[in-house]
Amino acid sequence: MMKFIKFLLVGIFFGIVLVKSEAVSWYRIFEMFKFQAFHMYGIIGSAVLLGIGFIWTLKRANIKSIEGEPIHLPPKQKSFARYILGGSIFGLGWALAGACPGPMYVLLGTGVFSMIIVIAAAVLGTFVYGLVKNRLPH
Amino acid sequence: MDILLQPWPWYVSGPLFSVVMLLLVYFGKTFGMSSNLRTLCSIAGGAKYADFFKFDWKAQRWNLTVVLGAIIGGYIAVTFLSDGSTMNLNEQTITDLEAFGFSGIGDNLLPDEIYSWEAVLSAKGMVIIIIAGFLVGFGTRYAGGCTSGHAITGLSNLQLPSLLAVFGFFIGGLVMTHLLLPLIFR
Repeated sequence: MMKFIKFLLVGIFFGIVLVKSEAVSWYRIFEMFKFQAFHMYGIIGSAVLLGIGFIWTLKRANIKSIEGEPIHLPPKQKSFARYILGGSIFGLGWALAGACPGPMYVLLGTGVFSMIIVIAAAVLGTFVYGLVKNRLPH
Repeated sequence: MDILLQPWPWYVSGPLFSVVMLLLVYFGKTFGMSSNLRTLCSIAGGAKYADFFKFDWKAQRWNLTVVLGAIIGGYIAVTFLSDGSTMNLNEQTITDLEAFGFSGIGDNLLPDEIYSWEAVLSAKGMVIIIIAGFLVGFGTRYAGGCTSGHAITGLSNLQLPSLLAVFGFFIGGLVMTHLLLPLIFR
């Protein structure tokens, strides 16, 4: 049980940062896709820049995980179609819902209970993907 | 304390997201929120319908724990860490949304025109959020990740597939925002 505490705490921290950054806001996503504010670009850009430094350092210094294993990030399959097509489908939903899979849960916690319908629909979308997966270009 | 209650600027929150990623990687896992949707399908018995859901979902309990934390974090942030001020959005954004007939723009994190029960329980509103959720769930799994897995973790690991996926996110997002939203909201 104790090993789950750290994940719970990271989740709480993640949820707080998502709300306080306003990255969970439909308005901020709209504003981003309208190129009317630097806010979201600043968030993602600074997260990635620092993230590159973090991952590079972990690999370079050969730092082991808390479990004593080498740091390993799962490599993504080589493909073009799945990323462009799947990414575009996700983007359509992201801009309409104004929330991606992390913020959906966080918004539920902020008291927006209608979000449960979006989450259920997202689970359904993932389920249908699982059904038709083999017929799609990957 | 006031600084904590106000919205956090991008140069504070952006780096904090990479700290979230760093912690999860250090804990021997990875940062990817959309995987939980697949886990939920598996728990609900999806393996009966597709091999894609045949995996040991119990090994994903750590990620569901992160989700539980995120829900609690959302509650803590709005209950104890907010001053209730209106969002500081671009003037043009507000004008553009007023043209959609939106009001009270930025009073809350989400527009009532989409997420209030009145909107959700109308036929049009229900269709909108179901399609939105469906596209997110379908697209993210097809693309193999979402904002956390591709845009933050994948790009931090300099993975080309993640760059393609983020490119896709923007194709879809720009089409929705510039072409479809004006049709959906008059």
